[in-house]
Amino acid sequence: MLSPRALILRAPGTNCDHETAHAFERAGGLARRVHVRALAERPAIADDCQILCIPGGFSYGDDIASGRIFALELKTRLGDALVKFRDKGGLVLGICNGFQVLLQTGLLLADPTTGMPEAALAHNTSGRFIDRWVRLSCSPSPCVFLKGLSELELPVAHGEGRFVLRDPARLESLRAAGQVPLTYSADDSGRPTNPNGALGDVAGACDPTGRVFGLMPHPERFIDATQHPSWQGRLDPAAPGAGLVLFINAVKATA
Amino acid sequence: MLWEVDVSLRDAAGDHAAREVIAGAAALGIPACGRGRTAAGWLVEGDLSRDEAERLAATLFADPVTESSVVDEIGAARLTQPLDGLPTVVHVLPKAGVTDPAGLTAQAAAAALGHRVVVRSLRKYWLPALDAADISRLAEKLLANDAIQDVVVGPLAISSLSGGRTWSFAQETIPLAGLDDAALEKLSRERCLALTVRELHAVRDHFATVGREPFEIELETIAQTWSEHCCHKTLTSAVDHVGPAGEARYDNLLKETVFAATRTIRETLGPSDWCVSVFKDNSGVVRFDGDHDICVKVETHNHPSAIEPYGGAATGLGGVIRDVLGTGLGAKPIANLDVFCVAPSDTPAAEIPPGVIHPQRLLAGVAAGVRDYGNRMGIPTIAGAVAFHPGYIGNPLVFCGTVGIMPRGHADAAVHPGDLVVVAGGRTGRDGIHGATFSSIELTSESETESGGAVQIGHAINEKMLTDFVLEASRQQLFHAITDCGAGGLSSAVGEMGATLGADVDLDRVPLKYEGLSATEAWISEAQERMVLAVAPADWPALVKIAADEGVEATAIGTFTGSGRIVLKWQGRVAGELDCHFLHEGRPRQRLVSRSVPVPQEPLAWSGVASVAAAVVEVLALPDVASKERIVRQYDHEVQGCSVLKPLLGPGEGPADGTVIRGVLGRNRGIVLGVGLRHHIGRLDPYQMAAGGIVEAIANAVAAGADPDRIALLDNFCWGDTRRADSLGTLVEACRACHDLAIALAAPFVSGKDSLNNVFAYTDAAGAAREISIPPTLLITAMGQLDDVRRAVSPDLKAAGNRLAVVGETRPDMAGSQLALTGRVSGGDVPTVDVAAFRAAIRAVSAARRGGLVQSCHDVSDGGLAAAVAEMAIAGKLGARFVLADVPATSGAANHDLAIAFAETPGRFVCEVRPEHAAEFARCMDGVRFAWVGEVMSSPDLEVVSTTGTIDRVAVDRLARAWHGENV
Repeated sequence: MLSPRALILRAPGTNCDHETAHAFERAGGLARRVHVRALAERPAIADDCQILCIPGGFSYGDDIASGRIFALELKTRLGDALVKFRDKGGLVLGICNGFQVLLQTGLLLADPTTGMPEAALAHNTSGRFIDRWVRLSCSPSPCVFLKGLSELELPVAHGEGRFVLRDPARLESLRAAGQVPLTYSADDSGRPTNPNGALGDVAGACDPTGRVFGLMPHPERFIDATQHPSWQGRLDPAAPGAGLVLFINAVKATA
Repeated sequence: MLWEVDVSLRDAAGDHAAREVIAGAAALGIPACGRGRTAAGWLVEGDLSRDEAERLAATLFADPVTESSVVDEIGAARLTQPLDGLPTVVHVLPKAGVTDPAGLTAQAAAAALGHRVVVRSLRKYWLPALDAADISRLAEKLLANDAIQDVVVGPLAISSLSGGRTWSFAQETIPLAGLDDAALEKLSRERCLALTVRELHAVRDHFATVGREPFEIELETIAQTWSEHCCHKTLTSAVDHVGPAGEARYDNLLKETVFAATRTIRETLGPSDWCVSVFKDNSGVVRFDGDHDICVKVETHNHPSAIEPYGGAATGLGGVIRDVLGTGLGAKPIANLDVFCVAPSDTPAAEIPPGVIHPQRLLAGVAAGVRDYGNRMGIPTIAGAVAFHPGYIGNPLVFCGTVGIMPRGHADAAVHPGDLVVVAGGRTGRDGIHGATFSSIELTSESETESGGAVQIGHAINEKMLTDFVLEASRQQLFHAITDCGAGGLSSAVGEMGATLGADVDLDRVPLKYEGLSATEAWISEAQERMVLAVAPADWPALVKIAADEGVEATAIGTFTGSGRIVLKWQGRVAGELDCHFLHEGRPRQRLVSRSVPVPQEPLAWSGVASVAAAVVEVLALPDVASKERIVRQYDHEVQGCSVLKPLLGPGEGPADGTVIRGVLGRNRGIVLGVGLRHHIGRLDPYQMAAGGIVEAIANAVAAGADPDRIALLDNFCWGDTRRADSLGTLVEACRACHDLAIALAAPFVSGKDSLNNVFAYTDAAGAAREISIPPTLLITAMGQLDDVRRAVSPDLKAAGNRLAVVGETRPDMAGSQLALTGRVSGGDVPTVDVAAFRAAIRAVSAARRGGLVQSCHDVSDGGLAAAVAEMAIAGKLGARFVLADVPATSGAANHDLAIAFAETPGRFVCEVRPEHAAEFARCMDGVRFAWVGEVMSSPDLEVVSTTGTIDRVAVDRLARAWHGENV
């Protein structure tokens, strides 16, 4: 049968599209990089794709706020196309800047009545961009991408990744619904690895179906053992990295 | 209608900008500024109703979850009302004409939402009631940089954002005939031409043969083309040199030293020569794998960064990225590196000369500039260094480098007659006028006000879009040649591309940011994010399509003709006309005299005794050695997914030597980057400074796994006033070292750049004229290759029980060492390179690595063996035992233990080897000075056994805290 197709949606300033496409292909899928301008002109491009991924980067420069303009562009020019894509069973993944975009489009964690975003990714508590590796734990959830995962390490690289809720009290119900399944955990020496001050250590969130998922860490940056900062002399350099599992899960779920 | 939108955080506790202001104010001795709030402000001008303005604020500017906004007409009282009881309102806006990336982005977004408006961004601060003096000090030292920003306290009195008036064609003639030398010099200075009197004579005589006086635009074009920045006139001049090695006479210094070494190496390699294009394109190109070549370039952006650290460093990086993009038929940028040389961060404010930015603020600014530009470009910043010396106080050095990859066969490009001159990317404004000539003039305390025009702000998103456009056009082979618009702007870019063919250019077709640029300004502006392409008319429509798809503006502004003349037109009228041959060959060659006398070494003197363990804690905390994590972690060093050895490695996140990336996603061949910088001995022995830098850069790369037979070098000379014979003499000595070491190590130089006249002149409090010159500084970058990245080796200790070997001889030469900076020792000899021994050592270490015999490897540089072993222990979170008596060393030094532990003899390695591999490792070391000096321990201590047998210990955790700058 045909390999599942992933549409890697890029905008001006998207800069993780190549390695994200590579990750989907390593996972057995077919990936196609498409400029949002081209998709807006021909939304049908998405019809033969089962996965839509908004990769990392600084869309439109992120000069106003991360993902703001990309999200506006999607809402104004493609809004129902994305909803249709999700409703017909497509998987939607947002990584880093893509997560910021998904929240602002209302495709993820939006108020069901108003459609307004309930959650946002604010400036890191440190006030600075940070590139470092974090420990993550996965709690039980419908999330398709995290299936079978309990713990993993991944790198983060962002200045605006602090998960916040308009109403912090909502965190409990989101937890209960398994909608915040990916959280920063402690390292071997017990030090918390939450890199940005995220509420409830939240690193990733999904919709109730588990088929729309956004996360701040970069799974596409750990598909080979050699991408780990301590691989040399400790990991089999030919082994895959833990991040590849998310892409394999996506490909399997749509195969 | 002109609206102001103020966006502030709902949760005041999250207001970092405010916290930074309060901290900064306290540091400036303004405790009264104990509270503050900030907002992002937006000025929006256009045909907008209040409703529309408020809707725009809600959809575009404010986040519905975290932010709230206030919208009103400019000047409305409520916009300057106290916030949280803070009455003082301060606005910081980009000066008119200065690039405003956020404003431009917002303007484009508003347009996409159907609003034709002009948008400008501003920062807004609410502060307590302060006296005017404190407010202006805060504004000057903390909130704004008056080279690029205006500060308005209280209500904004702006009526309109639209500026600029149309320029009507006028041709200014500059009479040279009859001017005496004094008048010519005055002319050069006043017009910021940086041309010497001899050069102006040549111009005058040339135009005498043309039969008229030059026009302004012609004189400017010549000044740009002949600038030190563009043609390295000092390094390429004829020099009569007298040095320690005797007399030498050069007809072209650079050609006969650095270039000559490369030529010799390539001839020796013969058919296996792996250089592809060296010293002719925007970067140096070498073979990589069967179907790719790689290229590398390192640039300096010192003077702009001294005046505006953030914009200077950002545009420095943006420029070198375009160098790579503009190499051959276009290369894809895959890695960046940055090196900063600054004065110590703890320099007392009283010691800061007038017009100088405090080194701490400067370092934060340049790092932020590299961060914001490199991260937005999606290019990993994987290597670099920060070096400290008081001599950099007025002249900080900012080096930015980029590595690129291209399909084989793309290295050669040639403009065809009839090709269109196409400018693509950002629009042209008045920014960066005279950057090329300015960078060739020494800085003064007035530079900031004099040369504000030379300061530029980058707009990374434009360059990212430009890059996507160029790489797609390159893939479809839609242009014959490409170069970046850097120093000198279009005048240099078109001038270089049309150096033989010539070109006709319609300057009125250059897309402008705003009305009112003169033909000359459009021609020499250094506005960022522009490339010039030579495009066959047949390919033009396809190129336009790609530009549209990527949202990039591409404009044909002329034709490469074949006339051998540069003809500049404005609405059909000739604005200027220059003969290419005169422009590129007419510069009078200069013959300079240089002299280098050995600096008498002070006698070696030890102050007191200390245990190695105590001293290593001090050395790890020294700024050159201490962790750069705070800076490194602000750079995305993993984007593009090819990262293999990162700047911080191991469970303890210790410092890397060389950093390694895959050249191509999914393939195993790797690229290794190392840098070498021995600035502390620059004034003592320029030859050994250069030699030591080359050895350090290569050792970095080899330690990580680079093949010693595939290492390309880059030189970046940053010097003081080379118009002085003695200063030029030190430059010649450094060039001689580059020549000798490159040949001895078969490591060719493939590209380079120089920045001269790094002298800061000012008048001190007593009214005396003073000058501060930087120490002679040569940055060496080594780009190595590794056949299989899975064989790379990191410096973090791996397992208790493994043995430690030191490769290379230790000699007790302490001059310029880190230990000397602690005050425990002074004077002594300068560490010297034994190049034959090093050549053997790198091949031995490499052979052992290929044999899988090396568990970890660290090259020995700043802080000597003690710091090297300590860093390996910190990175591996393991202890180590280190027996000084076993270190292979020349004996007989006083205070032998400290000398052995901290001497910075170039070209040594520490290797971790499994016991079962020891014998085979030793066989690899045949003919190389090496010895077993200890082992890795599970107990978390560094255990140093002195030559008298006494043992002292220090906890690795304590070493780590010292290295991280924490109290120990």
